[in-house]
Amino acid sequence: MKLGLVIDLDVCVGCHACAVSCKQWNTSGTTGPLTDYRPYGEDPSGVWFNRIRSYEVGDYPNNKTINFPMSCMHCEQADCVDVCPTGASYKRAEDGIVLIDQDKCMGCNYCSWACPYGARELDRESGVMKKCTLCIDRIYDENLDEIDRQPSCVITCPAHARHFGDFDDPSSNVSQLVRERAGYDLMPELGYQPTNQYLPPRLTRPVPTDDVKKPLLSSVKDWVNKAIAR
Amino acid sequence: MSALPEFEPHNQQATKATTCYMCACRCGINVTVENNQVRYIQGNRDHPINKGVLCAKGNAGIMKQNSPAKLQTPLRRKPGTERGAGEFEAISMAEALDILEARLRKIRATDPLKLAYFTGRDQMQALTGFWASQFGTLNWAAHGGFCSVNMAAGGLYTMGHAFWEFGDPDWERTKYFMMWGVADDHASNPIKIGLEKLKRNGGKFVGINPARTGYQAIADEWVAIKPGTDAMLALSMLHVLLKHEQFDWEFLIRYTNAHYLVVDTPGQVGHGLIARNADGKPLAWDMEQNTAVDATQASITPALLHSGEVDGKPVKSVMLLIAETYLDEQYAPEKAAEVCGVPAEQIERLALEMAHVAFKESIEIDVPEGWTDWAGRTHYSFKGRPVSMHAMRGISAHSNGFQTCRAIHFLQIMLGTIDVPGGHLAKPPYPKHIPPALKPSKQCAPNTPLKGPPLGFPTGPEDLVMDDEGKAKRIDKAYSWDAPLSNHGLMHMVITNAVKGDPYKIDTLMMFMANMAWNSSMNTAEVQAMLCEKEDPAQASGDDDPAYKIPFIVISDAFHSEMVNYADLVIPDTTYLERWDTISMLDRPISEPHAACDSIRQPVIQPDRDVLSWQEVQLEIGARLGFPALVNEDGSRKYKGYQDFIINWEKEPGIGFLSGWRLDENGAETHLRGKPNPEQWQRYADNGAFFEMPLPHNTRYYRHANQDYLNFARHAGWVGSTEQIVLELYSETQQRFKLAGQGLYDGPMPTEAHHKERLSRYFNPLPFYYQPLEQSRIDTEEYPLFAVNQRPMFMYHSWDSQNAWLRQICAQNFLYMNRQRGQAFGIEDEMWCWVESHHGKIRVQVKLIEGCQYDTVWTWNAIAKQKGAWGLKDDANESNDGFLMNHLISELLPHQNDALDTVTNSDPITGQAAWYDLKVKVYPAQAGETGTWPTFATIKPLPNQAPSPDILRYHTHEPVNMVRPMDDVLQRGSVHAATENTRDLGEESSS
Repeated sequence: MKLGLVIDLDVCVGCHACAVSCKQWNTSGTTGPLTDYRPYGEDPSGVWFNRIRSYEVGDYPNNKTINFPMSCMHCEQADCVDVCPTGASYKRAEDGIVLIDQDKCMGCNYCSWACPYGARELDRESGVMKKCTLCIDRIYDENLDEIDRQPSCVITCPAHARHFGDFDDPSSNVSQLVRERAGYDLMPELGYQPTNQYLPPRLTRPVPTDDVKKPLLSSVKDWVNKAIAR
Repeated sequence: MSALPEFEPHNQQATKATTCYMCACRCGINVTVENNQVRYIQGNRDHPINKGVLCAKGNAGIMKQNSPAKLQTPLRRKPGTERGAGEFEAISMAEALDILEARLRKIRATDPLKLAYFTGRDQMQALTGFWASQFGTLNWAAHGGFCSVNMAAGGLYTMGHAFWEFGDPDWERTKYFMMWGVADDHASNPIKIGLEKLKRNGGKFVGINPARTGYQAIADEWVAIKPGTDAMLALSMLHVLLKHEQFDWEFLIRYTNAHYLVVDTPGQVGHGLIARNADGKPLAWDMEQNTAVDATQASITPALLHSGEVDGKPVKSVMLLIAETYLDEQYAPEKAAEVCGVPAEQIERLALEMAHVAFKESIEIDVPEGWTDWAGRTHYSFKGRPVSMHAMRGISAHSNGFQTCRAIHFLQIMLGTIDVPGGHLAKPPYPKHIPPALKPSKQCAPNTPLKGPPLGFPTGPEDLVMDDEGKAKRIDKAYSWDAPLSNHGLMHMVITNAVKGDPYKIDTLMMFMANMAWNSSMNTAEVQAMLCEKEDPAQASGDDDPAYKIPFIVISDAFHSEMVNYADLVIPDTTYLERWDTISMLDRPISEPHAACDSIRQPVIQPDRDVLSWQEVQLEIGARLGFPALVNEDGSRKYKGYQDFIINWEKEPGIGFLSGWRLDENGAETHLRGKPNPEQWQRYADNGAFFEMPLPHNTRYYRHANQDYLNFARHAGWVGSTEQIVLELYSETQQRFKLAGQGLYDGPMPTEAHHKERLSRYFNPLPFYYQPLEQSRIDTEEYPLFAVNQRPMFMYHSWDSQNAWLRQICAQNFLYMNRQRGQAFGIEDEMWCWVESHHGKIRVQVKLIEGCQYDTVWTWNAIAKQKGAWGLKDDANESNDGFLMNHLISELLPHQNDALDTVTNSDPITGQAAWYDLKVKVYPAQAGETGTWPTFATIKPLPNQAPSPDILRYHTHEPVNMVRPMDDVLQRGSVHAATENTRDLGEESSS
């Protein structure tokens, strides 16, 4: 299996629901707690597995705003795993999920330097690296209803911009979406072969107007009452 | 696959359904609790509002529950200390209730108007309004006057429902969706769910907004409009539709008053009123009979366009007036472009695109069982015009918002899109008749309940709430000549008016969940000063020490807000996860267009503090004061508490707060109308905390004229009559007030010149554009930029700056400015600048962006906080770098030494606070001038308030690590090798 996410940039409004949902699930999850620093003070920050970047493209008035959620891509060529000196970072053979064994991690940060997507964060309190687990503690928890065995970010997304599935299975929802909507890798030139895929915005359909235009200017005087029974 | 550990201690967890309250959206949530701590909050998949999803705020509920700003006990201002000094002593709940009871008992027995009771973002106005009515004070309202009354009133006076709570786009079927102004606050999840559906279905999304943020990010087309000019844009599009004869003739004739005849006698009494027959029925010109006939009859063939005479009086049909008005060149796209900043080509094209979708892509839904129209005729399909719209605060918060809202509804009606497939749909209990048949109460007396609700819907000057001299009877001057249709009151004027003693002085100001000392007031700094203003010692009554102009302030809130600091008595509320609550059909329920729904909250966490829900406080105090609805004749209590009250109290036989699982005559469970059911709360709890009754298919559209629906609605108590709800393009109510202003009304009329001017100018039976009031009283060249607030989706309403997770997304707001404009002013990105209005100045940090209309600056609303409030530390960004626009906005109109100087800065029709009329100038601060300004004193910590932590490591159980086996480490040192290994293994196993 090759588990991962599809993120639909046509409908992502940048609401941060996925990021906060991830935070609340994972702070009591396998690598929790996700520490918060200065939670009520200056420049509050903390450990997050998923962050929304917002960009503007083009100059006013031809500008667009793009919201771009980013989390671990669970790459096929995950250099973060290779550089780990303790063997804490690993990519599971059975489903491709990249994880960090919290007991083996010494918090050296090599993996975060190796990650071009900014997916790994050091928890300064516990001194270990943390990252998206694809909610491994949800997707394999048989105590949950089957429909709930999905990453928290996917379940919560109000715009249904996030999809979870097996990219090895050509009939899976994620494989189909990528085929139908021309899903793409983020920064493929770097060669990490990210598993997660992004769907580009759909093309806006042109709405014709010729068929509702009147060729000549009319005034009320030209209008003829229509006999319509009330 | 290797065996996985057991991650969650499921046997120590329990999950209960309740309703979110992180904003006003009211989504269903399933809350998993472990050891009385929240493990996880998940959207309820079955819930009609959010259908399983949940926004950022809803997902941050843990940090709301965990907030260090939670009030711990009731508090009393220490005797001898100054109000606002933050010196409180903790008292018991019993003592707090005794104090409140004694104070209110005296007021109720003497002059109930001395109590002003106003509530903020609550969702129980049916209960608070009931309480005020029973107490006997007119001085009650919720926060709608500074929130969205323009949208509610604009809709209810035009089509019997409105945007957001009373109506939604038909997301399943709409093909063209236009969103007007910032709407990220109302609604949250439903709009996001809807936008995705729209885009998946190939529909087009047009965003009209001076800022390209929030939902506009995914708009197919962005219309960068100048704030406050939307009416001109809408009416110019209407001009285009008329010019090309693109409007729905059948819809107008059957469902609106477009064919009604209007008396056309300018300058005479009665001009502009609808021509009526001896029975008071409106008249139309019948083309077959060639005479004026009762316009409401089914059998007629009315002329949509008619001009003539009836009973010797000249008349014109409404549609003729509409055509004459809006075909005028002042509404031509080229003219509108100058006002709105939107290119003429774009205005014309958007109008025609809508016409194309409405008329060339219309849809039809078969109804095999048939639906019966208002006249008893059966039809077997619903015709749909798949164009829909949504608008909220961006339209509402202007002093021309009412007329703008009507202008947008005009577009919807002309295109025949109201309550039709693909269009804009009402949500039960809406639509109502136009306007709803409730008039505001006018009289009150000691120890006597009001005869009706304090708020209602005037249809003429005789319905206003004024004394014989035309002076306002309500403390907020609602329903006076200042704001005749102020259906939600004017909460933003209460403190100013009470302190000025205009129209009179009060004794006690009681507020629930309303932050009027900070982000919910215009002119924040002066409002804070007013709250502490004292009487001239010579006039002091001596009862209170010292004698404040507002003698006593009672606040209920769950958190340490800025307003709490100004209370004399603080009654701490529970959090939303700790209480019983109803989201009632009598109030603003959670219905969807095709289902009647209401819901409850149930406690999922046991409070660990001396707190009491405001619901319980109201019933307790009401019973102690002997409210007739709450006590028996012998004075004993009718209800044991809130839950008992909700089950057993009935508004009319069979109708109570909750409409699900009532009992029929045989004791079997039934819905909507029925006897009280002792098991009702349990039924809700068992059903995911909500009730949902899908409407029969033949009652889902054209409900304003659908007899099957109207009969159903009458049974449910939603409407008082089954007569057709005729959409009011032409508003006779508006004309009555206009005539009163012109001295041509047969009834009460104002005497002061500025009232006459106000009524005759701004009331109009057909919507129009006018320059917002503030802008007409300042030098707009001196202040060239529009300044508005947008609502951050991840925090909107912004009560959650204490939320440890959400404030990591945004703890400081910036002033966003168009990059090119900023550069023209010599302003660089992230520069500290002064922003100045006619009223004051603030210092802010500017960010230059592309997604901002050239003449506009904007910021996120209400991020800034006063130091010491909300459990934030003194170095928090919110109080050092964040800013409120509120300091730049006056609650009164700009000073010009005339009669308008003391008039509210609000929509002259509805009293809606005109937050977004602001105009400013922006210039760089001097070197060294950094940080927010003005700054405020640091609020002292409350007794029993624990210091906020420096590090937070929230979790409900120890993590279960995913251990990597040593042999895996040894065999799969490199992921690159591992990939190859996996591939090899795969090939081997398949061979």
